[in-house]
Order: sequence, then C-alpha cells, then structure tokens
Amino acid sequence: MKMLSLKPLSKGRNLQPNLESQKKDMPSSSKFELWKIKWRVLGTALVLGLVSLTLFSSVPAAAETPEEKGFAVAARSDRSDRGFNDSIVDMTMILHNAHGQETSRSLKTKTLEVPDESLGDKSVVVFESPADISGTALLSHARILDPDNQWLYLPALKRIKRISSVNKSGPFVGSEFAFEDFTALELGKYDYKYIKEEPCGDMTCDVLERTPKYEHSGYSKQLSWIDQSVYQVRKVEFYDRRGGLLKVLDLTDYREYDGGIWRTHKMHMENKQTGKSTDLIYSDYKFKTGMNNNDFEKGVLKRVR
Amino acid sequence: MFARFLLSSLLIILPVSAMAGEIDVSGFVGLETRVFTQSPQHTDQESNPEVSAIFNPEFRYRNGDHQFSFIPFYRRDSRDEERSHFDVREAYWLYVDDDWEFLTGINKIFWGVAESRHLVDIINQTDTVEDLDGEDKLGQPMVSVTKYNDWGQVSIFALPGFRERTFPGSDGRFRGPLLVDTDNARYESGEKEKHVDFAARYSHYFGDWDVGLSHFYGTGREPRLVLNTAGTALEPHYDIINQTGTDIQYTMNAWLWKFEGIFREGQGEAFAAATGGFEYTFYQVFESAADIGVLTEYHYDGRHADAPATGFDSDIFIGARLAMNDIQDTEVLAGFSIDPDSDEVFYNLEAQRRIGNNYELELRARFFSGGDPGEASFPLEKDDYIQIRFARYF
Repeated sequence: MKMLSLKPLSKGRNLQPNLESQKKDMPSSSKFELWKIKWRVLGTALVLGLVSLTLFSSVPAAAETPEEKGFAVAARSDRSDRGFNDSIVDMTMILHNAHGQETSRSLKTKTLEVPDESLGDKSVVVFESPADISGTALLSHARILDPDNQWLYLPALKRIKRISSVNKSGPFVGSEFAFEDFTALELGKYDYKYIKEEPCGDMTCDVLERTPKYEHSGYSKQLSWIDQSVYQVRKVEFYDRRGGLLKVLDLTDYREYDGGIWRTHKMHMENKQTGKSTDLIYSDYKFKTGMNNNDFEKGVLKRVR
Repeated sequence: MFARFLLSSLLIILPVSAMAGEIDVSGFVGLETRVFTQSPQHTDQESNPEVSAIFNPEFRYRNGDHQFSFIPFYRRDSRDEERSHFDVREAYWLYVDDDWEFLTGINKIFWGVAESRHLVDIINQTDTVEDLDGEDKLGQPMVSVTKYNDWGQVSIFALPGFRERTFPGSDGRFRGPLLVDTDNARYESGEKEKHVDFAARYSHYFGDWDVGLSHFYGTGREPRLVLNTAGTALEPHYDIINQTGTDIQYTMNAWLWKFEGIFREGQGEAFAAATGGFEYTFYQVFESAADIGVLTEYHYDGRHADAPATGFDSDIFIGARLAMNDIQDTEVLAGFSIDPDSDEVFYNLEAQRRIGNNYELELRARFFSGGDPGEASFPLEKDDYIQIRFARYF
C-alpha cells in the first residue's frame, strides 16, 4: 500500500504549476477566488486519489476489465517486494522421483534489485553440493521480453561462458523447476486476467491467469493464487503447451523481514504428469548486504564461491 | 624460482590454516586407467594398461574482503615417471576492494570462447602429460590487478617464474621416437626461467556480444623442439614472444557464434592463427529433458616451419554434445577433427555421470587415423586409447 499512497500525492503535485500560473494572472483582491480554486483542485486530486485507490484495491470496480484487474493484483504483489535492495539466501533442493527416492543439492542465491520495472533484477546462483559441481555458478541479468543475459562459470576449467537463455522450459539441474520458474518473475513478462476470489488456507486469495509474453515458454498459461492480506503468491498451477495441467507449486512458510518484505521458506513443486516433485527450502535470508552492480559482473563469478 | 614462490605462498596460507573450522575443504581423489588398443610404436613403451591415482584437494578460506585458495595436485602413474607429478594449481591471496581486485600467488587463468582449441589462452603452461586436450594447466605464479568499470573489466598481470611444459617419459605414450629432454630447456632470454612476463586483458559484453582483447609479452608457453647436438633427444627451446589475441562470442537465441584470433611475433616469421565456429542447441529433444548441441569449428594457423609445430594447421572440428539434464548430470561430447589436406582424423569421445551424491564416472576415448609421417600427430598413430576415471568428490 506504500506505493499506492504516492499516486494521489503525485497527481496533486502535477496540478501545482497550473495553480501557480493562475495565481500570477489574478488580481490581489480575488484571494477568495484563489482559495476556492485551491480547494477545488485539492478536491479533484482527492477524488482521483480515491479512484486510483479503488482501482488498485481488490474491490471490483464496474469500469475495470478482468485484464486490468488481473494486472493490478499482480502489480500490487510485485511491488510489495520493492525496496529489498539485495538479498543472499541459502537453499536446499530436494528432488523426489516417482518411487519416493530423494537426492539433494545445496545452493546460494544472491539477488540485486533493479528498481526500474522495464529492467529485470540481477542474480547469481552458486552450487555448493553435489561436491563435483560445487563452485559452478550462474549469473543472470533478467530482461523483460528479450532473452536474459546469462553466464555460466565452470570451476574445473575456471572458464566463464556466455550461454543461451532461450532454454526457458528446460529442467533446472534435473529438478521439477524449469529455468523460467526462477527467471520469469518480472511483472512485465506476462499478460494477466482476473479469474475469481476464493479462500486459500485461512486467507482469501485472488486467482489470476497469466500468459507468458516472452518467447520459448513451456507453458500455455499459469493460474496464480495471491492472498489479499499481504499480497504474496501462495500457489501456482502450470499448464503445458497443449493446455493440460503440468505442475502445481505450493509456496508456504512465509516470514516477514524488515521493511515489510515477505519471503516464502518452502516451495513444493509437483509434476502432475510424472509424479516427481521437488522441494526448495530457504534458510538464513540476509537483506541490504551492500552489494552493487559490480558484484553481478561476469568476472566476479570466479571468486563468488 | 617456482619453489621459492611456492614457499612464500605457503607462508601466506599456513597462518590462515591455523584458524581451523573456517576453511572450506573440497576436491577429489580418483583412480584412472588407460587401455591402449594397439601395441606401442617405440621400444621402451609398455603395452599393458596404465593405472594412475590422483589427489586434488582444494582449500579455501574467506575473511571479509580477503580470500585464500590452496589447491595442490598429485598424480602417481604406474608406468611413466614423467606423468607422475606434483603441482600447485592454486595458492593465492586475493583482496577485493569494491571494484578492484589484487591477487598474489599461484593461479590459473582461462581466456577464450572456442571448444576444440584454446588459442588465446596463454597465461598458464599446458600440463601435457595430464591430457592431450590442452585444458589441464600448471599453476602460474603471478601478481595481478583487476579493475571493474562500466565500460568493461581490465586486468594486468606480472608473471615471474616460467613453468616448463611437461612431456612424456620413455615409458609413456603420446611421443615420437626421440624423447623431449626437459632437463635441458633452452631460453631466448638470458634470464631463462626467471624472465618476468607481462599480460593485459580487457573483457566486456555489449548486448549479445562478449568481447575480449589481450596481449602477452614474455617467454612463449609453446616450445620449439630442436634436435640436440648428439642427435639423441629433443631440446625444448622457449622464445620471447609478443602475442595479441581477441575472442568474440555472439549469442543469439540457441546460437553461439565464436571467434578467436591471435597474432604472434618472436618465433621465426610473425604469423596469425584463428579459430571460428558455432554451437547450436536443440533443447528438450524428442519431448525429453535432454538437450543436443551441435558444434563446428574451423582452425587456421599461418605459422611457418621455424615456429613450434601444431596439429591445427587447417582442421575442421565437428561435434555433438548431449546433456541429459537428469539427476546424475549425464553428459556426452563426441566429435572428430579432420585435416582436409592430409585426411588425418582425430576422434574424441567424453562422457561423464555422477553416481550417488559424491562419485563420478568419466569415460574418454581417443582414436587417430590416416596420419602422414609429415603431420604433427603422426607419432600418436598407435596411441588409440580408452580412459576410465572413477573419482570420489568431497
């Protein structure tokens, strides 16, 4: 809601120059007239503010299309994350096959927030286990509709290699997560449509349909459940290119950090077509560690472990 | 020189090692066997399988802006005493200050983009007895400074302590009738192996283009092999060279277009050499999780007879890479290099797969055919082999 409160304010500010120019032209005797105008302008600003508040809240507005409302709900969720600056988190990935056997990997992710919504965030993923791939690192500079820029670091050769990022739908290190499940989190990467409101756990969720706008996605659409209290994604259903249900992602154990930043600590991705699943457990989140663009250049991959 | 550098590096590392509990220990131990499919060409060479044990632990320590790394390497080979060797791959102290990096010690630096030949890569000496692909390197003593700018990364290297190239001994394979006498290396520089070499590199990316530009001045890593006066062995002659190189990669959708080029002076007449090619990947083939990449690279080398011999004078490499993207990270790379002038062909297969969480099985097979007595790889004609390595990572 922090961002929304800026909307009416900025509208009022835009009207201010007009007010000043009117003031110059006016005779000094008509101060009362000026006050009247001022009040009228402020009133308009207030009304506009209320309208935009309504637009962005979950209360259905008559003039709003499902697409506009879907975008508004997604944008509110995306913006609830603003101001985290940067983060470092340890992750454990547990891969379950259809026979109940499991394997695990551990990795560390560093993320740099890029405030401009027309650009994506930057991130580095470093593998710590299995031991034979420890030190392998993936750097991504996310972009919105263009393919992301990605570099892979191979520690045995100490080689930094630019890699193709069109492989959106491929499995990430043999897991049930696809590359795009990590990299395509930017608001501008989808078209949205509001579907319905329904209970989710002990909360109420808005259900959105989102369709990838970027190329090479493995999904025809996704359904996402966003709660109405803290605007976090609680569940996502992924539909394959033929329209069949492919995977279901449950996001649980949300915790609030300083500055009202919420983070899930357990993701469970289940493949409904193969019976395989992957858990992603997050621990030890650190925010505002002081990282900057230099920590996300390809050259640093060789010393990031 | 190298021993002194090693000692001073250890003096940096050891006090740190005393602060136990913070040191990150990783690496591997491995057992390896090579089975040759043909009887050897030369009398001293043995024909029974070669067995090796490899110990490659890695120690790392980080304290704020300071990082330390120590990676010793040891191979014990059942057959070739020249292949049994110890090396320090890394032993350095790195200090990072925002957009600056300072490194002192022994390190490995890789430059380049191509897969089948590494032309631009010049900082480290090749550890030839490890593998024929030129990707195993000896640790290089260095002092380096790197600065990150908006317009790219600039590194400057001072390289004291030249490392001599390793060559197989009399029992070993992959050699000609005459051995390389590594005890009698000759240098152009009067300072011999103490000559301090310098290198600089700029690298950056511009949208889909990744660009590197580098220069090296000093003792060239590739020796000329010259018959000794008695006519009994080859002496490695190391010349002072200037080498300017560039490596460029253009990444477009599933295409990677690659180019590496060098210009070298100091080994007879100046010459240029280049490698160019592409890699295209078909993702999730046949509705599976697997990817198949196809690679082609062309090698040109304009060197003259007075420069060190190369097997890449005019060769085409064609290969395919299969990545299963499974839990075991199964990968296969298969390819061949052909020299259209001599019809000489070199076949290469590399495959690896994790077993459980900590073991890895690796297979390599290399075959040579159609060699001419005049070609650089002719001595390898009877050295077709299959290599299996089983390693425990920790």
